[in-house]
Amino acid sequence: MNAFEIIRWLSPELILLITGFVVLSVDLAMRRRDEGRTAAVIALIGLAVALVMSVLLVLNNPATIVASTFAVDPYATFFKVLAIIGASLVILSSMHFMRGKSLYLGEYYALLVFVTLAVSVAVSATNLMLVYVGIEFLSITSYILTGFLRNNRRSEEAAIKYFLYGASAGAVMLYGISLVYGATGTTDLVAVSELMKTTGGANHLLGIAAIVLLLGGFGFKASLVPFHQWAPDTYDGAPTPVTAFLATVSKAAGFAVAGRVFIMAFPHFTTDWMAIMGSLAILTMTVGNLTALKQTSVKRMLAYSSIAQAGYIVLGLAAYNPDGQTFTGLNGLLIYLFAYLFTNIGAFFVVLAVEKHAGSSDFSTFKGLAKRAPGLALLMTLFLLSLTGIPPTGGFLGKFYVFAAVVDRGLLILAAIAAVNAVIAAFYYLNVIRLMFFQESEDERPLTVSAGLNFSLVLSAIMVLAIGILAQPFITWAVDSVLMVSKRGF
Amino acid sequence: MAIPLTWYLILAAALFCIGFYGVLARRNAVPILMGVELMLNAVNINFLAFWRYVRPEEPVGQVFAIFVLAVAAAEAAVGLALIISIYRTRKTINVDRIDLLKG
Repeated sequence: MNAFEIIRWLSPELILLITGFVVLSVDLAMRRRDEGRTAAVIALIGLAVALVMSVLLVLNNPATIVASTFAVDPYATFFKVLAIIGASLVILSSMHFMRGKSLYLGEYYALLVFVTLAVSVAVSATNLMLVYVGIEFLSITSYILTGFLRNNRRSEEAAIKYFLYGASAGAVMLYGISLVYGATGTTDLVAVSELMKTTGGANHLLGIAAIVLLLGGFGFKASLVPFHQWAPDTYDGAPTPVTAFLATVSKAAGFAVAGRVFIMAFPHFTTDWMAIMGSLAILTMTVGNLTALKQTSVKRMLAYSSIAQAGYIVLGLAAYNPDGQTFTGLNGLLIYLFAYLFTNIGAFFVVLAVEKHAGSSDFSTFKGLAKRAPGLALLMTLFLLSLTGIPPTGGFLGKFYVFAAVVDRGLLILAAIAAVNAVIAAFYYLNVIRLMFFQESEDERPLTVSAGLNFSLVLSAIMVLAIGILAQPFITWAVDSVLMVSKRGF
Repeated sequence: MAIPLTWYLILAAALFCIGFYGVLARRNAVPILMGVELMLNAVNINFLAFWRYVRPEEPVGQVFAIFVLAVAAAEAAVGLALIISIYRTRKTINVDRIDLLKG
């Protein structure tokens, strides 16, 4: 493979890298005169080009490049598309929200481009070395974004908590990687799978230990209980557009990497890691939902709800079935994450609009929202119904696919616990709808929404409905995306 | 070969645990960061020992250790910047007193 070929395969990543640096230089040249507006527009153009390039690449035959550490396959492309769309929506919503909050907005947009690059490196990695570097790249850029409002005490507190948990989780994951390397002498996922067979008792124990330690890192990104302690405070304190990013794209990256590593490197341990994922799913759903019940701020409630959602998503791995006809578990995970991207970004954006207006996101600020901003209240209702999993929204399709995979696998107890949890969750989601429509507001000022935010809200709403109603193309796309990973070959 | 592989692994495991204990037990953010650095370098000992004893013909472990050093440096830079920024607004870096967000 010549250099030109490699550049073509890497084009989405290279475009993101160049865009990031161009945004930084333009910001320098503009001397912060226009509050980062030019930087944001350039970042959006770069993301759009990278999106087109990654979609074009998926039409080629999949391949691994750069000493077979980097896979350009439909699985990676799925998550790259997800990350680029998520980042674009976040940039659109930031253009109004972040204005006047920081002097360094150009750097903010450059970091959002770099964090997208980190996600696309991490989801493509087929070598544990690149997995580690990708995840840490993602983490370090996320810490900076979380603490971006330097004179805001909540933002910096969120960042330091995220950082201290993240750094320790990264070290634990690294210890797991070193055990895998010690057992096999390689860090390539396919080579590991050939050497890590459950032959003897000691080898088996080592494999389990490695899986648990690796989960420390992946579970941290995906905010699975018991690696979730950072999540509520970080989601609550971070600037709301960044929260939307962390709760969707960054979480999706954690699941994507976990799926690829466990399926490609540990196929002989499938029953073991499925059991671990199943217990994590139960813990995550229950803890997330029960804590969400007693929150008094919508943003913090959504933070706990997105922990609970991670519990439903991990069901896809807990019920992984490579020979499944319709429900392989992994395809459910992808559908869920894609619907969840638009749903949760939309919900956080409504919070963002209310927060910009009222200065906080307490339950009281949502009272009577239907009168002050009927459109916003309707969109929020749609997003909350999708989070609850009510048809015809995308959230329903995602829940249907993972729950069906669980039932298909015969894990009926797990399915029952998940169903009970979905009911508990309905209670606090619908409570917000009650506040918006049936309570009188103390604040009568009409609420205005900026054009960029309006566009991203409407686009998210359309996508939530489209995934739910025109389900077939999305299902086909998710099913095609996981084929390669399930077969573990190129 | 005088020193067996196990000794290196025990040393690394012990250092890792000491670092992890530091992360859990210390209340000042800087020693917590030092604990994390200790954990990362313990893993580096693991990588180098495994490289030497398991497959010395391919320098995977060495390369990995260099990557870990680079990541650790980036992490320390961002972490210390955050700690300084916290200190400027609150005049403390005791993690027990950074408690605005809870519930």
